Amino acid sequence: MPSSLLSPRTRGLAVLALVVLLLPLALRNTYYYEVAILVGLNAIVCVGLNLLIGYAGQISLGHAGFFGLGAYVSAILTARYGWPPLAAMLAAVAGVAMLGYLVGRPILRLRGHYLAMATLGMGIIISIVIATEDRLTGGPDGMQVPPLALAGFVLAGERTWYWVVGALLLGSVWLAQNLIDSPQGRALRALHTSEIGAEVCGIDSARHKVRVFVISTIYAAFAGALAAHYAGFITPGKVTFFHSIELVTMVVFGGLASTFGAVVGAAVLTTLPQALTLFKDYEMVVFGAVMMLTMIFMPKGLVPTIARRLHAAGR
Amino acid sequence: MSAPFLQFLLAGLTIGAIYALVALGFSIIYNASQVINFAQGEFVMIGGMATVSLAGAGWPLPAAIAGAVLLAAAIGLALEKLAVDTARKAPVVTLIIITIGASILLRGAAAILWDKNVHALAAFSGDAPLNIGGATIVPQSLWVVGTALAIVVVLSLFFGRTLLGKALLATSHNRVAAQLVGINVRHVLLASFGISAALGAIAGALVAPITFTSWDIGVMLGLKGFAAAILGGMGSGPGAVLGGLVLGIAEAMGAGYVSSAYKDAIAFVGILAVLFFLPGGLLGRRSADRV
Repeated sequence: MPSSLLSPRTRGLAVLALVVLLLPLALRNTYYYEVAILVGLNAIVCVGLNLLIGYAGQISLGHAGFFGLGAYVSAILTARYGWPPLAAMLAAVAGVAMLGYLVGRPILRLRGHYLAMATLGMGIIISIVIATEDRLTGGPDGMQVPPLALAGFVLAGERTWYWVVGALLLGSVWLAQNLIDSPQGRALRALHTSEIGAEVCGIDSARHKVRVFVISTIYAAFAGALAAHYAGFITPGKVTFFHSIELVTMVVFGGLASTFGAVVGAAVLTTLPQALTLFKDYEMVVFGAVMMLTMIFMPKGLVPTIARRLHAAGR
Repeated sequence: MSAPFLQFLLAGLTIGAIYALVALGFSIIYNASQVINFAQGEFVMIGGMATVSLAGAGWPLPAAIAGAVLLAAAIGLALEKLAVDTARKAPVVTLIIITIGASILLRGAAAILWDKNVHALAAFSGDAPLNIGGATIVPQSLWVVGTALAIVVVLSLFFGRTLLGKALLATSHNRVAAQLVGINVRHVLLASFGISAALGAIAGALVAPITFTSWDIGVMLGLKGFAAAILGGMGSGPGAVLGGLVLGIAEAMGAGYVSSAYKDAIAFVGILAVLFFLPGGLLGRRSADRV
């Protein structure tokens, strides 16, 4: 096939679609499906987060908060107020996007580590509120969430969910890639390189930063709401700042400014702890060591490093 | 001053002094490398846990603390030499992820080497509470605040009077210029990790009799230390101390007067509010960007 027909972008999307299609051949039981669904949900968050961190160069250590808020708002609207799940999910995502817009404006004026602190603080405040307001959220014990139903058809079973999450992941990646290649995406990369340089070229950097921040919160809230309805149960454990750091780690691990890197990072770091359970007590030590060694020897992350080596080997 | 207010103030000063020590560790490494060392909290954990286990093995307390501080400093030096220095050409965000990996590794190692239980260390000089103006404090609080003060004095002498201290300061101001006048920036970076680890371990041993210690105590203390360093202005020594004390007092007042469930949330709302008005922290550098 002539390579001009397939840009690297569509080729990547085709590979990802193929992986999603063929993966069930390797998934032997429901536990494997559960892990695969978890990978997909984390990957959706990471694709959005990568837009913010990898392309716009703005850090967020609070995205577990937006993930959790999406999950809890959708859960509370369906479980406590009897909303239909789809409407609740939409409301949750819209609500989180609104919040992202309101806090994004002041927060994104901050730079570097100060931005990291502010987003970290946001995430922690959200998680404390969720853990404390137990009349609404069930507190530390968590709460039940009704299943997702579409026009009378209830989404249930790991296999069904696998295809839903797989399709949504492909959609998320496709959207993110279109955004990256749009004028908005070019503006983001410009302000990543030099904010002042971008402004001199007429790019309203504050507006673009807030916009991509809101988009990344939408990705997180959407995945959160999905996760809540899929699991049927949610606890504040997923809303901790530790999970926020995990999400950022996935993005950097896979490779900054690489959408497929975000997906691969989410896949590796979600499955690794499951695989490492055979190390029992040594699980954390091995996990930490793998993280350190990968970042020491592949400082640009998995996907960009491997892509460059393949490219070099192909010549 | 009313007695409850004084009580909250003293409690806040005590924990604030600990935050200040952790924040100083963050600032020193940041100054040498621009890296936020997310393993800083683990040095605090190592300081507490190693002191407990050495004291449990029959060592006298001062020897146990010294042993714990040396152990932490050795781990800090190893972390820099084996990981950060090997990856020194990597982007800063990669270095930060490496320190996150190190913190997971150290926490896992602590859970294996010791255990996952909560341990108490006996107070350095008894538990008989002291009465100050109607408020009561434990003698350990005096140890914490006094040692923190002594460390601040020693550090300011170190940065002002010694060659290594001046080299550290020079590197933080301008890395290339420091190299040009013959400072070995890699040695400076190594020293910064050793000093920060030792500071963290001292904080860990000091706080162990008050909050107890366990394999995962570093997560929260590291987070608070980072918050304090940012609040004061990352990289500023006086800022780290001020940030730690303000954070500690804000938490204690929030817990005392508003709600103990929301004490951390109150502290973080306060930090966000400060950053909105002072985007460089309380005492941070007000620098303009070079284009």
